[in-house]
Amino acid sequence: MTPITVRVDDASYTDDVEPRTLLVHYLREQLGKVGTVVGCDTSNCGACTVHLDGEAVKSCTVLAIQADGCEVTTIEGLARGAELHPVQKAFHEMHGLQCGYCTPGMIMASIDLLKDNPDPSDDEVREGIEGNLCRCTGYQNIVRAVRSAAAEMRGGSDGTGDGSVPPASVSPAVVDTAAAPHVAAQS
Amino acid sequence: MIPAPFAYARPTTVDEALQALAAGGEDVKVMAGGQSLIPVMRLRLAAPETVVDLSKVEGLRGVRDDGDAIVIGAMTTHSDVLSDPLIAEHAPLIAEATGTVADRQVRHRGTFGGALVHADPAGDLPAVALALDAEFVVVGPSGQRTVPASEFFVDYLTTAVGEGELLVEVRVPKLAGEWGMRYEKFNRVAQAWSIVAVAAVVRRENGRIAEARIGLTNMGPTPLRARAVEEALAGAEATPDAVGAAAARAAEGTEPSSDLNAQADYRQHLATVLTRRAVSAAAGL
Ligand SMILES: Cc1cc2nc3c(=O)[nH]c(=O)nc-3n(C[C@H](O)[C@H](O)[C@H](O)COP(=O)(O)OP(=O)(O)OC[C@H]3O[C@@H](n4cnc5c(N)ncnc54)[C@H](O)[C@@H]3O)c2cc1C
Ligand code: FES
Ligand code: FES
Repeated sequence: MTPITVRVDDASYTDDVEPRTLLVHYLREQLGKVGTVVGCDTSNCGACTVHLDGEAVKSCTVLAIQADGCEVTTIEGLARGAELHPVQKAFHEMHGLQCGYCTPGMIMASIDLLKDNPDPSDDEVREGIEGNLCRCTGYQNIVRAVRSAAAEMRGGSDGTGDGSVPPASVSPAVVDTAAAPHVAAQS
Repeated sequence: MIPAPFAYARPTTVDEALQALAAGGEDVKVMAGGQSLIPVMRLRLAAPETVVDLSKVEGLRGVRDDGDAIVIGAMTTHSDVLSDPLIAEHAPLIAEATGTVADRQVRHRGTFGGALVHADPAGDLPAVALALDAEFVVVGPSGQRTVPASEFFVDYLTTAVGEGELLVEVRVPKLAGEWGMRYEKFNRVAQAWSIVAVAAVVRRENGRIAEARIGLTNMGPTPLRARAVEEALAGAEATPDAVGAAAARAAEGTEPSSDLNAQADYRQHLATVLTRRAVSAAAGL
């Protein structure tokens, strides 16, 4: 066992870990931060994405011991009280999830992308989150959510701060009922 | 799964790292970004006794100008490579290929040196290093040596870096004259690993191709130079016909594997098509 000190979602923790403990297991099992999930055994799915010193990483592919002295942000550290982060809010409003398993990782990867590219095109969003797999949505509404959040974050909280308007392709998910006839039939 | 238990060392200098390697027992592994090593340890395909983590070793990260070459530290991450001005100026092929590696999360931690020492046949950087005639600076208990790219990649997942040794940096010669470069990669959308890829570096002079260097990814257990294409292009006119004829020879002498992504003969076909595209783009056609 080796002692580590880590700041996670704005709180400091000092714990003993085995060198082989993966960061994701430390977060979930030792700190109870179960918002971050494990979706694969091969570093492919991105469900476990967190920010390590401000950069998105797959927490199943980092040792907890390597986070010693670092700052970690998980999906649980994004909201300010009852107010969701703009990307969380956009996933909610744009129906950017179905089962929700990929969502914590999708949101953490998207925030990382928007830091580098505050106004991504549809293709740039798709490439930016290529390390995150979703088995449910077909990605369409995830892309919409990320672009909608981008517009909101560029424009301030009311979306009008710099006069920019959300891209035309960003609207709530009604369009997708065409691809989901059972939903269309109900409305 | 989680890795089998191991002892962990986090040296802060190259000397300490070499000592930790020497003291680490029978099965000791260097860890750079861990983006290949941790997955294989999780699958228990590797279960080293000791892991020597290089992430805190001073002086291995970053790119510097060394006159006739740029020198890339082994621990420079893929994301550092993408934003580095010296690489953009002197070896944009490295940035182009690195941009296709994995995803942004893996690129934040995975390193240039780790990808080269790992030497996965489907990895993108080995063929690029080969096409750029890079040199590898390796240190060990008996001192430092420099290995040319042509001797660095020995076999499947095997390089000239021996037990107890470290790759510390890679020298990439600056190119003089009118050079163009291109990396053409074919992969499945949800998996960034190359099925086949081609790195082309081409020098033009008076409307002709004066010199071409072609590196092939995943056309055998190690990256390869497409020598037949290079010979056919030397002095050839820079026209689509001449490039097409030369590129048709890209698979000569290769023995690619067959796997669930592609049969060997399909890989050979891809090599010719991607070589034509890469050389055409590098030659400005
Ligand atoms: C989901 C996923 C997708 C990927 N897709 C691609 C892709 O499309 N193309 C691609 O090229 N790569 C891809 N990779 C691999 C990625 O590029 C890794 O970063 C790289 O292979 C290993 O780099 P690393 O720094 O993480 O090395 P590590 O995993 O730490 O080490 C890899 C090996 O090299 C040895 N080693 C590392 N550094 C040194 C050194 N300085 N001296 C001596 N030995 C050393 C280690 O002992 C180990 O055996 C992918 C990885 C993942 C997880
Ligand atoms: S759980 Fe980390 S990438 Fe799948
Ligand atoms: S919403 Fe189910 S995996 Fe993405």
